[in-house]
Amino acid sequence: MSEILTIPIPTKTEPSISWTEGSPILENRCPSGDLEKRWTRHKDSLRLVAPHNKRKLEVIVVGAGLAGASAAASLGELGYQVKVFVYHNSPRRAHSIAAQGGINAAKNYRNDGDSIWRLFYDTIKGGDFRARESNVYRLAEVSVKIIDHCVAQGIPFAREYGGYLDTRSFGGAQLMRTFYARGQTGQQLLLGAYAALQRQVELGNVKVFYNHELLDVVVDEGRARGVIVRNLITGEIHRVAGHAVVLATGGYGNAYYLSTNAKLSNATAIWRAHRRGAFFANPSFVQIHPTCIPQSGEYQSKLTLMSESLRNDGRVWVPRTPGDKRAPQSIPENERWYYLEEWYPSFGNLVPRDIASRAAKRVCDMGYGVGPTGRAVYLDFSDAIKRFGREVIYQRYGNLFEMYEEITGESPWETPMRIYPAVHYTMGGLWVDYNLMTNIPGLYAIGEANFSDHGANRLGASALMQGLADGYFILPYTIGDYLATQLFVKNSTDTAAFADAEKETRERIEKVLSTKGTRTVDEFHRELGKILWDSCGLARSASGLSEAFSKVRELRERFWQEVRVPGTGHEFNQNLEKALRVSDFFELGELMIVDAYHREESCGCHLREEYQTEEGEALRNDNEYAYVAAWEWAGEGKPPILHKEPLKFEFVKPTVRSYK
Amino acid sequence: MRFTLRIWRQKNAQDQGRFETYEVDGISPDASFLEMLDVLNEKLIHEGKDPVAFDHDCREGICGSCGLFINGRAHGPLPNITTCRLYMRHFKDGDTITIEPFRAKPFPIIKDLVVDRSALDRIIQKGGYISVNTGSAPDANSIPVPKPAADRAFDYATCIGCGACVAACKNASAMLFTAAKVSHLAMLPQGQPERRQRVKRMVAQMDIEGFGHCSNTGACAVECPAKIPLAAIAQLQRDFIWANLTPDPQIK
Ligand SMILES: Cc1cc2nc3c(=O)[nH]c(=O)nc-3n(C[C@H](O)[C@H](O)[C@H](O)COP(=O)(O)OP(=O)(O)OC[C@H]3O[C@@H](n4cnc5c(N)ncnc54)[C@H](O)[C@@H]3O)c2cc1C
Ligand code: SF4
Ligand code: FES
Repeated sequence: MSEILTIPIPTKTEPSISWTEGSPILENRCPSGDLEKRWTRHKDSLRLVAPHNKRKLEVIVVGAGLAGASAAASLGELGYQVKVFVYHNSPRRAHSIAAQGGINAAKNYRNDGDSIWRLFYDTIKGGDFRARESNVYRLAEVSVKIIDHCVAQGIPFAREYGGYLDTRSFGGAQLMRTFYARGQTGQQLLLGAYAALQRQVELGNVKVFYNHELLDVVVDEGRARGVIVRNLITGEIHRVAGHAVVLATGGYGNAYYLSTNAKLSNATAIWRAHRRGAFFANPSFVQIHPTCIPQSGEYQSKLTLMSESLRNDGRVWVPRTPGDKRAPQSIPENERWYYLEEWYPSFGNLVPRDIASRAAKRVCDMGYGVGPTGRAVYLDFSDAIKRFGREVIYQRYGNLFEMYEEITGESPWETPMRIYPAVHYTMGGLWVDYNLMTNIPGLYAIGEANFSDHGANRLGASALMQGLADGYFILPYTIGDYLATQLFVKNSTDTAAFADAEKETRERIEKVLSTKGTRTVDEFHRELGKILWDSCGLARSASGLSEAFSKVRELRERFWQEVRVPGTGHEFNQNLEKALRVSDFFELGELMIVDAYHREESCGCHLREEYQTEEGEALRNDNEYAYVAAWEWAGEGKPPILHKEPLKFEFVKPTVRSYK
Repeated sequence: MRFTLRIWRQKNAQDQGRFETYEVDGISPDASFLEMLDVLNEKLIHEGKDPVAFDHDCREGICGSCGLFINGRAHGPLPNITTCRLYMRHFKDGDTITIEPFRAKPFPIIKDLVVDRSALDRIIQKGGYISVNTGSAPDANSIPVPKPAADRAFDYATCIGCGACVAACKNASAMLFTAAKVSHLAMLPQGQPERRQRVKRMVAQMDIEGFGHCSNTGACAVECPAKIPLAAIAQLQRDFIWANLTPDPQIK
């Protein structure tokens, strides 16, 4: 295992992109037969653990965002012994707290013809036919129960005057199926799951370890046996054993440095699992959100999302004359180009995110962009304010308008917002089967950390749905099927696998601290982010990706020679935490580039410049690329191994995705 | 812009702690307060010094991680805003800015500006929830909630758990925080079965953690980034008296 630590010596020859092909994945535990009955039949076939035996089984849950908190609370309710680890100083601070817009569910409370089938279809189509039918149908099916449960928890969703739940529409759907709690839906849902978790803590079923970061996953004889964590306050390294390990550690959008993710979000947990053998699926599928506040300076530490819900009432436009420097209010109606409404009349401003983002890039590339840098478009509320009045618009978006004004110093009540796409969400993640288990028995991945349901593009308001579906209604059943086989396993941390993992973790910490170079972690991270954004962002090309690959390699090598991390490992050291996370982003960044390079088609978020229509729409290649790309780690500096999981479409016919 | 920063430095919980002075220059007025500290930290690392530890994550005012006591006020000079949502344009070029951690006995200092606020989680553990197991809920629309009640519940539910109310209070009371949760659940039909127990147990836990008593000065609500109204405290006080003075019909 020590080879994992060797850092490649800089070579003279340019590194180039390569990979090898491994065996295809033919077993994903998806049931067969009628789509509507699959989940029910599958549940009925899973092994069960008797209540008195559940107490003997220990489950480690890493992460307490929507996915982790809901899973840990539900597992605690079932009677398992649960240990939760989070690097945050409280589970309530997870990145899920920041979700604004809403959560989808096929409730059809509006009588607008919604159904499980339609939510399923919209999600599969929205993902550009790169997700599994079975998984997505199940997601749509359990969506209904999520809303029931959350209301029972006391989550104050928006309501109509009659006292019943209100909904609104979101991108990629022609129905109003999005439930919301003003602009703070994620906060309210997370606080609900957090409260359920705290209840289990009080009841003694769950223990939560704050300020503890997972630094390695322990795999012994092919099974997940536990984790190595670092107490961030004292610096102590601990071994923790469990009968199963659940990673609910969120997405990796921060590889790009600038993103809408919380600053601390990182890929370490899933990347370490990957290095221990877990396949990483579709790493290059990264969602770039169309409505974010444009970057304003070098010092900038993150980008702020303006919720997609704004596109319900806001109209996107640019001046018809490139370089028009007039104030937006003084540009007359007939000199404004509502390009989304013109290009996509049936969905208009509510086209899916990938399409809206690309369209913004396209008009800016054509010279129509606005603002000081020319990399922005307008999102204008003046029509909506006229139509509904200030009061209604305030009710809907008040906090978002305030946030925008605070950051930019401009008031959306007076002048249109300026927006530009930014990295937002990662559809890729650890490969999991229908039971949400990775290819390592006993290791599960839920929420944004897995790749499961969104294909090549996620629809708005579907991440919250997926995180809670995984945590409340799927994992609690499926994990029992595995745990039933582990009843007689005695957990121990006194094994060679634990000793090795601990030793490697300590060496990694020592190495980054002892480099004592001249450049800060942030300087490296910014540089990495820029390379990824330019080459593996809104548009990708073989030549750009090849170049980026060698740049990332080189930067990674420089990182290990030039980085400066002050302090020691035996204390609270935020820079050390950051350095370890960024070092993993380098390796992940390389894999993202390889994945983007290998997929010679465009689909969803993944636009390869070589494969597009004249109008700049994605050109999918279903004959060759209708598969999940699951990558296996082959060792430091070695080309990764590609396993293809073919995607079968039995119920929907992959079509050219049209929102015109 | 240029600033002189007087920052509280404390190596760990045992250390005495002291102010140290730093200079930063070339700060954009559009930079956030935390971005200004990022710039300082980058500079300190280059100078071979220990960067200043401070908590943060979302940087958009929702996670409740950040919390600095700036020029004698929790979250700085503006009312009702988190530190991460404070921008340097609200300061004058050349200002001297004093930065301290949120100070309160139940919030022990971990390092520099980072404090341990887990006492707030322990208050929630005592009943800041509705005891419903996954899987047992009826259809969501079978429990209609009048819109005004739902809206008020929402207003109370937006507390971000930052602890500014405690830091702003001369008694270090966590009343606004606790009241926000008690009042959120008191507004809803789902919250009724456990209403008495909840308020009693959560208030008792506040005392155990060592938070002070509320003397109704209202300093908390001025700083509260979630704009939790003082009406929450009045609600808690009413519920508390009611729960203690009237017989509980659930107990025979
Ligand atoms: C600004 C913004 C707005 C959004 N709005 C919406 C929306 O309106 N609707 C929607 O559906 N989706 C939305 N999303 C997406 C959605 O919020 C996320 O995908 C989702 O919340 C992820 O939840 P999660 O539970 O998987 O992970 P997270 O919430 O990211 O939680 C990760 C958890 O893992 C822990 N963790 C991570 N790594 C480690 C480690 N190594 N050791 C220990 N602990 C670790 C963290 O402490 C944390 O508890 C939004 C996203 C952003 C950025
Ligand atoms: S009540 Fe306000 S100040 Fe107190 S913790 Fe909640 S959000 Fe912060
Ligand atoms: S960093 Fe999240 S509230 Fe300030």
